[in-house]
Amino acid sequence: MDNFALKVEDLVVYLDDLIAVRGVSFVINKGERWGLVGESGAGKSLTALAIMGLLQDGWKTSGAVLHDGMNLLQASDKTLSARRGRTMSMVFQDPTTALNPVAKVGKQITWILRHHMHVTQKDAYEQSLVLLNKMNLPRPESIMDSYPHQLSGGQRQRIMIAMALACYPELIIADEPTTALDVTVQKQVLRLLDAAVTERNCGLLLITHDLPVIAAMCENVAVMYGGRIVETGKISDVFTNPRHPYTKGLLASQPTLDNIDLDGGTRLPSIRGSVPPLYAMPDGCAFAERCDFATQKCKELPELDNQIQQVACWNPVAEARKGA
Amino acid sequence: MGRFILRRLAFFAITLLTTSVLIFTLIRAAGGNVAAILLGKNSSAEEIHKLSTELGLERPLPVQYFEWMGNFLHGNLGQAFRSKQLASHLIWSQAPVSVPLSLGGLILAIIIAIPLGTFAAKNFNRPSGAFVAVLSQIGIAVPVFWAGLLLSLVFGVHLHLLPTGGWVPWSENFVGALRSLALPVFTLGIVMASTLTRYTRTAILDVMNEDFVRTARASGMSRRVALIKVGLRNASLPLVTVLGLLAAEMVGGTVIIEKVYSLPGISRMILDNVTAREVVVVQSTVMVIVVYVMTINLIIDLAYGLLDPRIRVGK
Repeated sequence: MDNFALKVEDLVVYLDDLIAVRGVSFVINKGERWGLVGESGAGKSLTALAIMGLLQDGWKTSGAVLHDGMNLLQASDKTLSARRGRTMSMVFQDPTTALNPVAKVGKQITWILRHHMHVTQKDAYEQSLVLLNKMNLPRPESIMDSYPHQLSGGQRQRIMIAMALACYPELIIADEPTTALDVTVQKQVLRLLDAAVTERNCGLLLITHDLPVIAAMCENVAVMYGGRIVETGKISDVFTNPRHPYTKGLLASQPTLDNIDLDGGTRLPSIRGSVPPLYAMPDGCAFAERCDFATQKCKELPELDNQIQQVACWNPVAEARKGA
Repeated sequence: MGRFILRRLAFFAITLLTTSVLIFTLIRAAGGNVAAILLGKNSSAEEIHKLSTELGLERPLPVQYFEWMGNFLHGNLGQAFRSKQLASHLIWSQAPVSVPLSLGGLILAIIIAIPLGTFAAKNFNRPSGAFVAVLSQIGIAVPVFWAGLLLSLVFGVHLHLLPTGGWVPWSENFVGALRSLALPVFTLGIVMASTLTRYTRTAILDVMNEDFVRTARASGMSRRVALIKVGLRNASLPLVTVLGLLAAEMVGGTVIIEKVYSLPGISRMILDNVTAREVVVVQSTVMVIVVYVMTINLIIDLAYGLLDPRIRVGK
């Protein structure tokens, strides 16, 4: 039995000559909460979909995704179907569109239990009620009998999590699970995911652009930029002493009470420029164009170094400061 | 659901009322004096006056309208001026041709289009799927009369399998009636199937890219199961609308089919009566067709309510 829930090795995701994910590797152990951050277009969601085998038609992959004793990238749709929802499951960003609008919630949850656990409809119904109860959803019977449009976004996302947890998966992937929710509901949803990992000792891959969410939830984090992991390590290290200029910029761009100017000034720092589009991705460091510390050397591609807090940068922050 | 049905029924009644007023006034606005239309160009003022009094055309229009509607609702659709045949009888006697023709065409279209469109959607990035898409596009482009002539040429003239046209009444020879309907139904069916295939393909492609299909697959449904269990049900919503439009559009399509295959159907009967300036028959038959189209719309609205819970509860 592997002691990791997921091992990704040199994952590449591409569509014809557009390469969106350029060699990503990481390991998520059982019971570990693993955060993946980055701007839109960094390749976070495609990484998740590639792991689940749910990429849209035309997208291709190379590398390896090891889970449940096999390389998922080489598995057939049938083999993957038997894993999805059973040993690995996924919570999506937008709960308003993620549930089948013409089927009752109860039908959608019980289907998973009946399909994977081969229980009777009656048992599936009972187990679903327990699950919904755990998700702090009041009156689970009436929720089971509701259509998705009759429920709030927060309720729907909790149903999504209930569905993801139904069969005790080893791995849960949550792609921006709280982005579409109210702040008050966000915390409840995160707490549910957090409790599930503790209780069931499964691995969690939490994808978000919301740094405080990662900081509150995860033990480890990887920062993605331009389809690559540019920095990875323990949350405490990466967030207190970012080594990559991009990580530093990302952290500085977070609004706090100190840097928000209510009078309309522009005290909130931002990273200049924007992520290069896929078709114009430079050969060297993808961030060089926007980086204050960029040198000639940055025209070559930096690899992740061998330190505990790994960074892929020719001029990491601490050293760059020394030089300045 | 109860309130939903009531609202739809009220809507149905209001639309019928409005269209009946429209039909009544339009015919009068276009032709001027009904008696003059009936009698034709070479009639004297005296004759016109006499007929007007006979038909009660001197009375105010609202009175005439309510008389017509009252009779219509009681099943009295008026009679032809020259042949004195009852309009209801004219319609009723053509129904054994027109009803099986339209229903058969529609059912054949569904039987062909749903599997074919699903196939085209499933294989949209393969040559086989593209082939079906192109084929349906050609089917849409081909005019009904041309498809009719071509099929009658192949199956009737060259292969001698089916009659090229004409009608054998059901009472006379059941198989003969079936044989004379076969080509018309087939023509109507494939022409409608082309449109429906195209819509089915698009509807399924759209649905399969929806988030909830991805969720279904993330829960363990294979591509095929997700298509059948989640995709088809959701794709059926836009398709029901298209089916309704096709069923209404078919009224026009059958005119051509009935002409090409010399079938004595309702559409041809209307056409003949328009040419013969039989105002009363045209007015009542058009109203019957309006009732038919409205009924189809009502059925579609109700089907929508059954298929989509959001409509049932929402406004």
